[in-house]
Amino acid sequence: MDGVTAHEEEARRPLQAWSLPKDDVGAIALPSQWPERVTREWAWGDATGEGVRVCILDSGVDAAHPLVGELESAVTVSLDEDENVVVAEDVEGDLAGHGTACAGIVRALAPECSIASIRVLGKGFTGSGLILLAGLRYAVEQGFHVINMSLSTTKKPFAAALHDLADSAYFQRSVLVASAHNMPVESYPWRFSSVLSVGSHEEEDPFTFFYNPSPPVEFFGRGVRVRAAWIGGKSVTASGNSFATPHLAAICALILSKHPELTPFQVKNVLYLTASNVGGGE
Amino acid sequence: MTEENDLRAAIAAGVIGSGDAYRELLGAIVEVARSIFGAKASSILLFDDDTEELVFEAVVGEGEGELLGVRFPAGHGIAGWVLATRTPLIIEDVREDPRFAQDVAEDTGYVPSGLMAAPLLHEERALGVLEVLDRPEQSTFSLAEMDLLGLFANQAAIAVDLLLRARQAERLLDGRDDELASVARLAAIVSALEDERREAGIRLLRELADTLGD
Repeated sequence: MDGVTAHEEEARRPLQAWSLPKDDVGAIALPSQWPERVTREWAWGDATGEGVRVCILDSGVDAAHPLVGELESAVTVSLDEDENVVVAEDVEGDLAGHGTACAGIVRALAPECSIASIRVLGKGFTGSGLILLAGLRYAVEQGFHVINMSLSTTKKPFAAALHDLADSAYFQRSVLVASAHNMPVESYPWRFSSVLSVGSHEEEDPFTFFYNPSPPVEFFGRGVRVRAAWIGGKSVTASGNSFATPHLAAICALILSKHPELTPFQVKNVLYLTASNVGGGE
Repeated sequence: MTEENDLRAAIAAGVIGSGDAYRELLGAIVEVARSIFGAKASSILLFDDDTEELVFEAVVGEGEGELLGVRFPAGHGIAGWVLATRTPLIIEDVREDPRFAQDVAEDTGYVPSGLMAAPLLHEERALGVLEVLDRPEQSTFSLAEMDLLGLFANQAAIAVDLLLRARQAERLLDGRDDELASVARLAAIVSALEDERREAGIRLLRELADTLGD
């Protein structure tokens, strides 16, 4: 899926007015034929993630780890002394291990997707909210199909800007998959409805996921005792919502690999219809 | 801090003495956390925003003798990730990946064979990290334990907030010569008195207040 498809271009073209004249109805005809019943086989059967660009917004990714493999790109986002955003090639890789774990989980489920790393964590934490914001803005600008964000901020002043970015991602067809907080605190951006928010369940199957009819958390993915890659060539058994998130991100990549025309709204619908507690348990 | 808050801080610092009581509380929290999870060690690390380091503030179990007061850059490692993302993390069963070349395997520093870490969140700030290290191998982690870890972390965050306030009060007093320190000393003396002497002390203070107030 190199470049922008004609359909994507059409979707991004600004409308003259927020209405639909009779003559324009044909212009928004949808290319996809939907089956009578959406099954997992229809949604992502035989899909490998090929053609889908997934971004890991985290602590960096160790591309040398065999469970991760080649990266499309790796950048680090930081602030200079005047608080200007600096985006540079990331030569340090992962400083914590978490980003590598997320990338490994995505790779395991969607082996042929393209993975890129945006490091927003590392040296210095002053202004980490600003860096998170800048990193997400960069990810949205790059037009990744799926953005995995296993982190959030509790700083309210950043909520409005994060909300705008989450909506921008949604409108330009980037599925922003974000971890719900594991503790009862207010944090962002996972609470926004334009985000695909993820909490954990305790099942072992990586493709088991549940739709939550009581938001704000929309889906529960595998997040307990997940075997994952770690820095230093290690692998770990890890738990937390931040590991459930890449499971859903990978499933989104599979769906988009087979149905690249789908919008985030439609991807959420497909996830709903194929969730283990809806139609996917067959 | 306003002047009124300065005065309150001085009185509070005088009555409490210092942050020692809160340090004891932190010690008790890590002791209980270690015991409940059956872990080998537990610690609380505070974030020092002046130096952007994490500092071991309370340690129980392995490393108890050496780690207290030890600092490391907050930009690295699991505790740093937990602090920056304000997200708990549970890592167990850390092993070498056999497919990975040995020569690059050991350059990233020590990781215990397992740890649970949760951020200490107070209002919008992340004050530090609570860690529980090396739980028994046969135990199986569940989401209920994640909730329990979060409860401990919230309790620890309250204690840490009080400790930081006490330290701030101490710093204020240190920087103000005798002015507020005298008030703090007076509060400490009256607070330590017993029975009739305490009553007399408080009566004297009231009379002093009335005299100065006029």
